[in-house]
Amino acid sequence: MSTTTHPSIPGSIGAAIPRREDRRFITGAGRYVDDIVLPHQAYAVIVRSPHAYAQIRAIATAAALAAPGVLAVFTGHDVAADKVGGIPCGWLVKSKDGSNMVEPPHPMLVKDRVRHVGDQVAVVIAESKAEARAAAQLIEIDYEVLPAVGTLQDATAPGAPAVWAEAPDNVCFDWDLGDKAAVATAMASAYKIIDIEVRQNRVIPNAIEPRAAIGHYDPAGDYYTLYTTSQNPHLIRLLLGAFVLGIPEHRLRVVAPDVGGGFGSKIYHYAEEAIVVWASKKLGRPVKWTAERSESFMSDAHGRDTIMTAQLAVDKDGKFLAFKVHNVANMGAYLSTFAPAIPTYLSATLMAGCYTTPAIYVEVKAVFTHTVPVDAYRGAGRPEAAYLIERIVDKAARELGIDRLAIRRKNFIRPDQFPYKTPVALEYDVGDYEATLALALKAGDYDGYPARRAASQQRGKLRGIGFSTYVEGCGIAPSALVGQLGARAGLYEAATVRVHPTGSVSVFTGTHSHGQGHETTFAQLVSDKLGVPFDHVDIVHGDTDRIPFGMGTYGSRSLSVGGSAIVKAIDKILKKGKTIAAHLLAVSESDLVWSRGEFRVAGTDRRKTIAEVAFAAYVPHNYPIDKIEPGLEESAFYDPLNFTFPAGCHLCEVEVDPDTGVVQVVQMVAADDVGVVLNPMIVDGQLHGGLVQGIGQALYEEAQYDESGQLLTGSYLNYGMPRASDFPFFNVSTHPTACTHNPIGAKGVGEVGAIGCPPAVINAVLDALAPLGVTDISMPATPEKVWRAIASAQAAASTRD
Amino acid sequence: MRDFQFHRPSTVAEALHLLRQASAGKLLGGGQSLLPVLKLDMAEPSDLVSLSGVTELRGIRTEGNQLIIGAFTTHAEVAASAEVRAKIPSLARLADGIGDPQVRNRGTLGGSLAHADPAADYPAAVLGLSATVHTDRRTVPADRFFTGLFETALEPDEILTAVRFTIPQRAAYAKFASHASRYAVVGVMVAQYPGGVRVGVTGAGPSAFRWTAAESALTARFAPESLAGLTYPADDLTSTPEATADYRAHLLPIMTKRAVQTALG
Repeated sequence: MSTTTHPSIPGSIGAAIPRREDRRFITGAGRYVDDIVLPHQAYAVIVRSPHAYAQIRAIATAAALAAPGVLAVFTGHDVAADKVGGIPCGWLVKSKDGSNMVEPPHPMLVKDRVRHVGDQVAVVIAESKAEARAAAQLIEIDYEVLPAVGTLQDATAPGAPAVWAEAPDNVCFDWDLGDKAAVATAMASAYKIIDIEVRQNRVIPNAIEPRAAIGHYDPAGDYYTLYTTSQNPHLIRLLLGAFVLGIPEHRLRVVAPDVGGGFGSKIYHYAEEAIVVWASKKLGRPVKWTAERSESFMSDAHGRDTIMTAQLAVDKDGKFLAFKVHNVANMGAYLSTFAPAIPTYLSATLMAGCYTTPAIYVEVKAVFTHTVPVDAYRGAGRPEAAYLIERIVDKAARELGIDRLAIRRKNFIRPDQFPYKTPVALEYDVGDYEATLALALKAGDYDGYPARRAASQQRGKLRGIGFSTYVEGCGIAPSALVGQLGARAGLYEAATVRVHPTGSVSVFTGTHSHGQGHETTFAQLVSDKLGVPFDHVDIVHGDTDRIPFGMGTYGSRSLSVGGSAIVKAIDKILKKGKTIAAHLLAVSESDLVWSRGEFRVAGTDRRKTIAEVAFAAYVPHNYPIDKIEPGLEESAFYDPLNFTFPAGCHLCEVEVDPDTGVVQVVQMVAADDVGVVLNPMIVDGQLHGGLVQGIGQALYEEAQYDESGQLLTGSYLNYGMPRASDFPFFNVSTHPTACTHNPIGAKGVGEVGAIGCPPAVINAVLDALAPLGVTDISMPATPEKVWRAIASAQAAASTRD
Repeated sequence: MRDFQFHRPSTVAEALHLLRQASAGKLLGGGQSLLPVLKLDMAEPSDLVSLSGVTELRGIRTEGNQLIIGAFTTHAEVAASAEVRAKIPSLARLADGIGDPQVRNRGTLGGSLAHADPAADYPAAVLGLSATVHTDRRTVPADRFFTGLFETALEPDEILTAVRFTIPQRAAYAKFASHASRYAVVGVMVAQYPGGVRVGVTGAGPSAFRWTAAESALTARFAPESLAGLTYPADDLTSTPEATADYRAHLLPIMTKRAVQTALG
């Protein structure tokens, strides 16, 4: 629950319509991959490495093969014998010296060497899951355990074991962006240089639905079907078909039905998807695999995990002169689909934040470790940038003795400066950072803060307030631009709008909804643009045989890119519809105006509704057949002209128990500019979820590996998932400035909560602890960490005394 | 999970018989600890003997200054019991803070104690509230029940039947819960009796224990100030990535003090 305000926009756009998909989810009628049972389906269990790094000396499978119900056991040797391709990486990053990143092989089953706990070594397929599980325990693997690197620090230490021979220093690439010389010049003459080192804790996505996949090969048509928990079925079809198994697109169907959350972790092409399809052909049976929760912890791509050091040059008034960043980013043991792009093009490019810093230089060193691959997780690169910037801005204010809000306002890009070209390759189209800051201060009753702080103090608690004025770049992405930057795919979106003969509408979108509520918001959009009732619009997604094409859902792109493709298709429908209406009304097209679902002869009451036009298109007895074809169905591809730039101000208040170190968030305000809002209730929900994950990262969540590469936080017993009881009611509101380059004006809301809030939380914790002399704390700010920070600050103070 | 034989006897005697007949039998209470272990294939019993049908293991009643709770009483039942709330409200509150609603609706007092998880809540109550543990064949005083990490005085074929808590003059339980698991990082039950104060501690060490130094100080004067300067050696405490022994040692006096404050109202 929350308090919320949104400007209302007339028509069905802007209405808080309840999510139509929730009925089936809440009543248990959703259809997820694991709900699908195909005739003669067999069950796969993956045998995973218990070691971070080990040579497989031998695998004995005879006992497993002889076990009851077992149909097959496959290992890396079978994969190699079939000459199956490796799991490809979708983004090529080049180092400073022009060399390509180190791109190691990523086999779907490992033959010789395992490289992280959870690496796939064998698959057991049986008549039942229980039989497959029991047989999996009979596989004997002789491992020679090798010294491993479990953390970034270990991997970059001199003489560290190499994860890959081709990267002896564990460096995947060493990349940079910006003007190094200009930064050096500005630093040399700056009034003061602010230094900081921040750590992005590694997080595990924890979608409520574990990953699952069913492979089904039909020899009759030489046709393959993969049902999978994916955010982007077309991308999986491309990667699986073209790179791994060599199946042409017209013989491979990928279906991603209802999917229970992704947060990025279901973007990527995973080995298990390839395994079930490959095994299905070998067995002649459909093969299903469903992850257990403990498998999810050790096989879903993790997020974040970077160490950044930075210097901010300022003048005596707090004006930012130059910013220099060095980022060491963990890739894990293999390169996941988008991994190289996260710390580079999705993070370094955002290092201007919402400020006018004239010179910026960013270096990114990507490093292999013996851990689960790291890839995009809600926010993907932008939370890392926002966190670094908003932490160092606070530090600058403190060291210069300037108010934290004043220093931000002094450096904001002003509304009249848009479009604004940053020194790190982006052009922000529009924004109003002062407006969202003012909105947050008002919504959060900043004026009343001193009284709240005094009240906390009376209860023996330390209260702190923290801010984050962030900007992010999403709505990915212009294909030509990302192509230049190393993307191996276009990032446009596709849609087909089919107006049926009686005027109802089916919309086929290449985006995928796995919690975002597209079936509702997209229907609102179509209802508004076509002037048909909301209930007459059906949104279809998640099936490569039904959707013309698509790039899927990630990077908060669905509405701004996918929605724009729908609008483009509707524009084509209306163009054709106008020709039909003009014919039916025996007027010229220029005499017609389009309004609220009707073509009307200007200045008269003569009109044709879209349903009448559609009927004429499908029953073309009286029809301009010399000019146009029958039917009313149009497809469109939309390639965005630019990224979109949501921004805003997050305000967090915490209470710290100085005795135990426990941090409680007592107020969380998000005032965001996500562009035009279609459904404020869904925007609120997206913000709430993002804030929960943002606060989760700031206070609770951390995937920890020990020095031998063992995952210490492999279950909910020790991985701190945020819970509803951890939070106050959220106070969310929006102040839209319309995106200038897409037809909807939407920017994107899926990630802003997770991007904007962690620095606000940590800045609040540091504000609370400042009177005790604490100046730094790393995420997650767990009770013990806070207690230790207090204790060491007090020890330092007593030494000084 | 491997296949096993499932039994649901209706008497303790029958349960004992089934347990002894099995090649590798296990008693099943609410299953909140045993089932996860089975799912992870960390135990593969031949037989599960469920105690859910044994009515003699249920019920809550008062006898003199003692509150007797049957072993197969769920945490939710303890939390909601008018009897418990009237006689030892701190015990009801402790039960209400175990795990989450699902765990409280299934988990049982006897199951928790027999499992003896070092971070479970009930062991602090058994020690702090001067309880005796009743089995099919004997009674075991609280101080002799917990013998180590996941270890108790119970024989492999012995069934815990009830726990007899001594009603205190006042008592309170203060728990510092793990954020991830909601188990106790440090949980302290402080109880005042005419003969002295008892302090039962769970979570902090490999097994629940009594903090005798705090007991003496609080027996002399039942006030938070009595604990001033008292520390517990970190060497004897548990260290995990979530909470080191030093931190647990820091929390122990704080949670003890908070329990005393709560008990004083």
